Amino acid sequence: MPDFIQPWLFLLPIIIKVVVVFAVVMGLVAYASLAERKVSAFIQDRVGPNRVGLPLTLLGFKKDLAIGGLFQPLADGLKFLLKEDLTPGHVKPFYYWLAPALTVVPALLTIAAVPFGSTLFGYKMVVADINVGFLFVFAIASVGVYGIVMAGWSSNSKYSFLGGVRSSAQMISYELSMGLSLVPLLLVMGELNLGKIVEYQAWHGWTLLPFTDLRIQWSPHWEISGLNWREILLWIPMLISFVIFTTAVFAETNRAPFDLPESETELVGGYHTEYSSMKFACFFMGEYAAMITGCALITTLFLGGWHLPIPIIHDGAFSLQTRTGDHGTLWGILNILTFLGKVIFLVIFFMFVRWTLPRFRYDQLMRLGWVWFFEIALANIVLVAVLLAFFPK
Amino acid sequence: MAITVPRPDLSAAEKTYLPALWEGLKVTARHFKNNLFGKGKVTMEYPEERWDSHLPEYYRGVPALVTDEHGKDRCVSCQLCEFICPPRAITITPGEIPPGDTFAKTEKRPQEFKIDMIRCIYCGMCEEVCPEQAIFLQKDYLVVGTRREDMVHDKQKLYEIGGLKTGLVNKWDEKK
Ligand code: SF4
Ligand code: SF4
Repeated sequence: MPDFIQPWLFLLPIIIKVVVVFAVVMGLVAYASLAERKVSAFIQDRVGPNRVGLPLTLLGFKKDLAIGGLFQPLADGLKFLLKEDLTPGHVKPFYYWLAPALTVVPALLTIAAVPFGSTLFGYKMVVADINVGFLFVFAIASVGVYGIVMAGWSSNSKYSFLGGVRSSAQMISYELSMGLSLVPLLLVMGELNLGKIVEYQAWHGWTLLPFTDLRIQWSPHWEISGLNWREILLWIPMLISFVIFTTAVFAETNRAPFDLPESETELVGGYHTEYSSMKFACFFMGEYAAMITGCALITTLFLGGWHLPIPIIHDGAFSLQTRTGDHGTLWGILNILTFLGKVIFLVIFFMFVRWTLPRFRYDQLMRLGWVWFFEIALANIVLVAVLLAFFPK
Repeated sequence: MAITVPRPDLSAAEKTYLPALWEGLKVTARHFKNNLFGKGKVTMEYPEERWDSHLPEYYRGVPALVTDEHGKDRCVSCQLCEFICPPRAITITPGEIPPGDTFAKTEKRPQEFKIDMIRCIYCGMCEEVCPEQAIFLQKDYLVVGTRREDMVHDKQKLYEIGGLKTGLVNKWDEKK
């Protein structure tokens, strides 16, 4: 190997991680769109997309490969690429072109700080292991609002404009309670690094389910560890945080029941009314990428990230134990799969909520954000602070 | 006069919105589960499964011209259907029947008869108005073409689709 490459070799694992994470997230985005259509169809007693297979006959094969519409996202992507890309005459082109990019990029950037696995071959399974990962995520996520505001403003159309205004107001309102709802977590864990937050949960129990490090011993003497009064009492504020944070993620990602920015009954398409072809697809991908990032964040902060408690009975004791990549490559891979599984579960939950709840009215939305969540989140912080004063570590 | 609709009194639990969310999720989950296992599907997947055997007697499919058992093309090109057709789908070029022909009493038959199936709205007005029982809406509904011209049914095609229809009144028959 030539010498000049040596100092740059450290980049290799990072690049591999970036490429793989990007590919996985884009794949998830594509298939989330298919899943959404399928889930909504099933919920509404419909069939959903079930046609698109691989057109093997075009390549000279005898039969097409049709597997229940699983290639729909490919067809969608191709369609978006081939559609006419129309820039209406009345828009401000620079911002009009910038907006879709500004929506996709932040949504994809946030995932960089999220640990998606423990370790594999000694490498930490996170693209950017930054100490202020927490703040990074929030900073980048709030940039996402610019894309929408720009789209609404530069489109120069009343529908887009209203959609953009609604969206920015909504995102700013909910960002507040979103951030505040997580302060209790920081108080308890004393960490800003998302990787360390997950590790803390791996050893002390998930934020939402503090008994995932349970250990019950019956011989030679009874002993239960892993769930003490401190954890049980802290469970209440953590649940409150979870509800507020999850709801705020719904609002931040403009998902139903908070999808006022694009409520088609009033605003045609909201901020992306004037967009077509790939530029529209960018907004679409941005929305789904934001949802996946949001789910990844919820997983990381509340559901133990990549951690899977392994039940083990040994020496007269039942215990839920932690395995990381240090225990073997297979465990490392299992951790990654666990993380993916949790995220996918949450994404499906998001879809269920979307097809269950009617849209909020705008004043209800604002009231929920400012009157309820904001106050409750503040009270929650005080509650945790008091609890921590009585039950220090 | 303004009517005040009383708002229902909600309990504190209901006001939190969460029980409603839970109930709603139960309903959607039930439907999701049923459909996942193939129950509760109501969709008929069109090209494979067809509605054909369930078509009612009065189904209005493509309009077409009929011939009767005497080999008479029923239409006398009176153009009533052309005039009544709401979207003006019908274009008729009338033609004469030379004297001495068996059907000479009807004097005219269409030289050309065109129905633009892109315009046709399957209303059945043409069938309703026709004094000669010559045009009927069939049960066919599959009209496809890759060009606009393909979608215009001409005389030959119309008689082809219409085929033979028996038991009609024969005004052309002198001995009747
Ligand atoms: S189809 Fe009937 S109404 Fe139309 S021109 Fe012929 S005879 Fe007249
Ligand atoms: S069915 Fe109605 S629209 Fe169609 S040709 Fe007859 S009159 Fe015209």
